[in-house]
Amino acid sequence: MNPVIPAEYGLILAGLLFAVGLAGVLARRDLIFILLSLEIMLNASGLAFVVAGARWGAADGQVMFIFILAVASAEVAVGLALLLWFHHLHRGLDADSANEMRG
Amino acid sequence: MNTLFIIAGAVAFVSAIMTVTRSNAIHALLYMVVSLLSVGMIFYILGAPFAAALEVIIYAGAIMVLFVFVIMMLNINESMSEEKQWIKPTVWTGPAILTFILAAELVYALRQETTGAFRIVMVSPVEVGISLFGEYLIGVELASMLLLAGLVGAYHLAHHIGPAGKREGDES
Amino acid sequence: MYDMLWLIPALPLAGFLALVLFGSRIERSVAAVVGTAFVALSATVTMIIALQFITAPPDGYAYTQTLWTWVRVGGFNPTVGFRLDPLSLVMVFVITFVGFLIFLYSTRFMVEDEALVRFFAYMNLFVGSMLVLVLADNLFLLYLGWEGVGLCSYLLIGFWYKEEENARAAFKAFLVTRIGDAAFAVGLFLIYHSLGTLNIQEAMARASQQWVAGSAMATAAAGLLLGGAVGKSAQLPLQTWLPDAMAGPTPVSALIHAATMVTAGVYLIARTHVFFELAPAVQHAVALIGAFTLLMAGSSALAQQDIKRILAYSTMSQIGYMFLALGVGAWAAAMFHFMIHAFFKALLFLGAGIIIKALHEEHDIFRMGGLRSEMPLIFWVFLAGCASLSAVPFVTGGYYSKDLILLEVWNSPQGGSLLFLAGLVGDFITSVYSFRLFFIVFSGEPKTPVKKTADTAMTVPLVILAVLSLVGGLVEMPGYFGIQPLFSGFMGNTLPGFKALSPAPGTDRALFVLSTLASLGGILVAYLIFFRRPVSLRSLADSAPFRLARRFFLTGWGFDRVYDALIVAPFVELARLNKDDCLDRIYQGVARLTGLMNRLLGFTQSGNLRWYAMALTAGAVIFLGMVILS
Repeated sequence: MNPVIPAEYGLILAGLLFAVGLAGVLARRDLIFILLSLEIMLNASGLAFVVAGARWGAADGQVMFIFILAVASAEVAVGLALLLWFHHLHRGLDADSANEMRG
Repeated sequence: MNTLFIIAGAVAFVSAIMTVTRSNAIHALLYMVVSLLSVGMIFYILGAPFAAALEVIIYAGAIMVLFVFVIMMLNINESMSEEKQWIKPTVWTGPAILTFILAAELVYALRQETTGAFRIVMVSPVEVGISLFGEYLIGVELASMLLLAGLVGAYHLAHHIGPAGKREGDES
Repeated sequence: MYDMLWLIPALPLAGFLALVLFGSRIERSVAAVVGTAFVALSATVTMIIALQFITAPPDGYAYTQTLWTWVRVGGFNPTVGFRLDPLSLVMVFVITFVGFLIFLYSTRFMVEDEALVRFFAYMNLFVGSMLVLVLADNLFLLYLGWEGVGLCSYLLIGFWYKEEENARAAFKAFLVTRIGDAAFAVGLFLIYHSLGTLNIQEAMARASQQWVAGSAMATAAAGLLLGGAVGKSAQLPLQTWLPDAMAGPTPVSALIHAATMVTAGVYLIARTHVFFELAPAVQHAVALIGAFTLLMAGSSALAQQDIKRILAYSTMSQIGYMFLALGVGAWAAAMFHFMIHAFFKALLFLGAGIIIKALHEEHDIFRMGGLRSEMPLIFWVFLAGCASLSAVPFVTGGYYSKDLILLEVWNSPQGGSLLFLAGLVGDFITSVYSFRLFFIVFSGEPKTPVKKTADTAMTVPLVILAVLSLVGGLVEMPGYFGIQPLFSGFMGNTLPGFKALSPAPGTDRALFVLSTLASLGGILVAYLIFFRRPVSLRSLADSAPFRLARRFFLTGWGFDRVYDALIVAPFVELARLNKDDCLDRIYQGVARLTGLMNRLLGFTQSGNLRWYAMALTAGAVIFLGMVILS
């Protein structure tokens, strides 16, 4: 069983997932949803790496995916801690209420 | 294999869209988990079982659970958050246009390169392990330092916050 | 001996510095003495040098002392150098000697004034600048003195600056003479550009070689120099400042606006005579200006009521005589008249000062009267001054100088009968107004009570000046007396001699008779009208055309109003239109544009997280698009 798949489809899927996550970041106002959408974007980039690694039959794609996973974990941990602070300070999770750094 | 790939891809895409459009946080999380699982499926189809396993264990298993814990801690429910008012369809116009243009550009750029089909070769965890502890050893060490920093930072930040929900004037 | 020459201008300038630095710490009377002492020393040095110059003159009748090189730029190296020759010696003598007498007078005259130290400081600065002006051997240094006396004139006219009219009179004087000074400066540029030097003797030598007589260059240079002279000497058309300059203290009027500064123009023309000889059109213009001014000023003096304004217009008129003489080539005669005029005009002003003070600051002559019995000494010295001004024959110096001018105007190839007639009529008018002044002030009933103010320091200078006005003429007796004219012989060593047309025999006698008739006739008319004061003339005086004529002459032929309407009013209007400064709007616009851009760009920093994310996305889209599409 040696299946044949064009590589572009995987990358296109990754791009589409990335766009969806980006739309979520732009459109949502609640911080939780923004972080969630961010996770979608990170996942999409991981998918792109794995597809690229599979294209060449090398392990490098998966290795990169592992690193991205590590980054995402650390980011989520710190991000959620910050989110808890935000909730403590602003009595809610509205991203628009943090607008004091105005120009 | 093509059809499996297309089905899994469609599921991932649709559930991602559902994730970003829900007003209930828990619903959105669950849809996200579905998306992650289907992406794991795609990894397996492509001959990367190790990546698939990691996706399910860490991404869907640890990160999303973390999200669930935080949501439960903050006690966000539909009545308390104003999400319903905030996601009117009009809000979506700008982001939708921009991201659509971005996606179109990406698709266009990717369609230029036609490398053609390739034969799927299974890359076993053994190879990945050898690669990790061989070429990418420094990356592994750096990643561990990053995780340590994240750990310490998260601990320190969350240390001084009182238990969520126990504030004055809180109705729940 | 001659190397003491630099002391002559340096001493009064040192006096200025001393008074500025230390004057506030010493007693007022001491400051007055100090201020006078410096000028007295300068006058003494002048006497010593003059004595030596006259008895044992140096070679070429000129002595030049160069102190140092002032400027070294490219080929332009004017020096600080002084030249002593008969022309500058006469000027220096008058300035220091008459100046010293006026300073002596002021020690008592200004004794009650709180700003006495400032007065003497400015007066010293003035004397120093004027001496620099007349002793300078190059036009650059001369211009320095020129500007210095202009400055001091402004400072001293507006001496009592707390009254607004005095400040305005000072402004007017400064602005009007500035026009002349600007013309002078342009003339200097022209001369330097064409001849390559500003040293006067050198420039004149080169001009006579390089310039063609009557060429555009010579006419332009001489015309511009004339512009400067006209401004400083208050001749047409820049004469409007002199009557208003009487707002200053009387010693200032005597020294600056009668004896010395206003004659700077005469000196300039005499000094640079070669330029004028090379431009006959301009020289003729000098004569015409002189003739018109003397008639205009003389007729205006007839209508004035303020005693100092009468004397101001009289000064304008007499300088017109000097210009007339210069214009017909009678260089020495002009300088002679200058010297005699300095004597009697200073005398008249100082006397007027005593009268004004005695009558409690009264300036209107129609409120004075009967002073003959109250102030006998002033009566006699004033009579001497008025007689000299009217050129009463034989006994007064004014006769010799004015008659000489009239004679040479008739006899000159550039003169003529018309100019002579102008001078003659002017002579008549001069006698009328000077004796009008004399009779109204000194005869009749006293109208204002008199208080005794004169004392020795004030009267001694008056007596000396009176004597000089009378006997000063003896140095230049007309040819038919058989005595050699000393003055023009002395002057002939630097100024060109007078080239006379050969007159018909007996012309001199005829001219003498005419001028005597003019001056004595004027005195007679004045006597009849202003001494006898017949009632029959009262109705004439009240008639409408007479009153119209009187107002016309009172305002100096209406020049002030004409200038106001033609020049001042449009300029003020332009300034008012530009009140918001249109040109500045451009620069303000630049600043405002920057502010606008700032505000516009400030919108991009809304502090809103999603806005920033949107911006990032938009940027990514655009760049990606650029990469893909290129």
